[in-house]
Amino acid sequence: MSEYMLETRSLGISFGGLKAAQDINLKIKKNQLYGLIGPNGAGKTTVFNLLTGVYRPTTGTFLLDGEELVGKTPAEINKKGIARTFQNIRLFSNMSVIDNVLVGMGNSSKCNIMQSIFRLPKHFSTEKQMRSAARELLRVFGLDEERRTVASNLPYGSQRRLEMARALATNPKLLLLDEPAAGMNPQETAELTATIRRIRDEFDMTVLLIEHDMSLVSGLCDELTVLNFGTTLAHGATEEVLRHPDVIKAYLGE
Amino acid sequence: MNTLINGLCLGGIYALIALGYTMVYGIAKMLNFAHGDIIMVGAYAVFTTLSIMDHPIPAVIVAVIICTVLGIVTERVAYRPLRGASPLAVLITAIGVSYLLQSVSQLIYGAGTRPVTIGNWGSLEVMGISISISSLLTLGLCIVIMVGLTLFINKTKAGTAMLAVSEDRAAASLMGINVNGIITLTFAIGSALAACASVFYLMQIPAVSPTLGAMPGIKAFTAAVIGGIGSIPGAMVGGILLGIIEKVCSSIPVLAPYTTAIEFGLLVLILMVRPTGLMGKTRREKV
Repeated sequence: MSEYMLETRSLGISFGGLKAAQDINLKIKKNQLYGLIGPNGAGKTTVFNLLTGVYRPTTGTFLLDGEELVGKTPAEINKKGIARTFQNIRLFSNMSVIDNVLVGMGNSSKCNIMQSIFRLPKHFSTEKQMRSAARELLRVFGLDEERRTVASNLPYGSQRRLEMARALATNPKLLLLDEPAAGMNPQETAELTATIRRIRDEFDMTVLLIEHDMSLVSGLCDELTVLNFGTTLAHGATEEVLRHPDVIKAYLGE
Repeated sequence: MNTLINGLCLGGIYALIALGYTMVYGIAKMLNFAHGDIIMVGAYAVFTTLSIMDHPIPAVIVAVIICTVLGIVTERVAYRPLRGASPLAVLITAIGVSYLLQSVSQLIYGAGTRPVTIGNWGSLEVMGISISISSLLTLGLCIVIMVGLTLFINKTKAGTAMLAVSEDRAAASLMGINVNGIITLTFAIGSALAACASVFYLMQIPAVSPTLGAMPGIKAFTAAVIGGIGSIPGAMVGGILLGIIEKVCSSIPVLAPYTTAIEFGLLVLILMVRPTGLMGKTRREKV
């Protein structure tokens, strides 16, 4: 067990000459709700793509619970315990709500393909366990009633919740949320704040989230890192960071 | 009546091959034009095994194993290095693989056509109509295979993972799905189906040649497009439809010479009315 759940050490990537992110040093403790903010194009989603193995960093490294994960494929990193949601929802939209969650669960089940093909007794028992675990998870997000609905037919807010449920189904240690409140009204945002807190408490989760909505960030996160033009502008306790003159300048201009 | 059963039987064969095309297209997003030649390899496997042991069961098993391995190997050697390359490069590679397989079998077995007989079970008399046992067997087994495949896709973990990869490959890999593993599995299943199809095809037309795969391959591809490429039930419906039309046309003397033209004409017609095929998803671009 390491002191930090996630630690990045001068993590960076450049595309040709463009330094999309450089020298990112995050230190996130277990059970923390940590915010990553910054103006558009600051490199926030790039950081998520680095942490999930979509991009391979050109400099630096990152450790999950003390284990170095650089160079692993997205699927391997997910198995090690990092799961994410997307800024623009990317559910398996033609599959049912419960199937979306079951896909996420697939990799943690102990049943192999041969057992599934030949439908051995073990297949049925794990299948049953998975289904009940999936419904449990859907209940937390208030989606159990709609489990047979095709994902694309869900209302927008429910789709966002389903994305979180699907990410949690992979049994992660660290959950990355990319703009969870995008497109939500103030009431939905308030509900979302409660849901994220509940995820932290009930699933013993560490959460790193990207957000533009300052009311969500200040109500939820105890620590923040602010990015601008791919570099770290400020980091520290939420209150202080939001009062930091450079941060105000980056958001509001001179 | 007999025509209809023969049509269903041929349709079942087309459907099995079309499933290979449609699954590979849906999951790996490529057209595997070497798929028809997998059938040819399967047919030669049957031919060779029968010349050693004169019994159909080992021949079928050998064909399935050889085709499955061949499918996995071609994906590994020819298509995987091109993952992320332009679709055109992959298409040309598939055509290259197709010619390679044809030429290799020509080197081994020569260019000539050779006869193959898989069992001769005679026919059955039902309500005054005689139906050949091999047709019934083909029909029955095709149905069993298709039901099995549908259950596999919809009810198992690996099947759901296949659906997930076909919808959004990147999101699936971020959910911990081994995308390369799923693509390999798809090729393996597709090729095993092609091997079964080759056995049934030889029951209908008992001869092998290096270009045997070309015609059923292109017909099955047509069936997959008619049904809506990427759609599994679509491939089944398209295959059966095409098989029935082929047999019905060739049984009517006036239409018989135009059978193939009618089949491909149907393709054009259906694509004019429904560009994504009978069961294809109509994707509406959001503005």
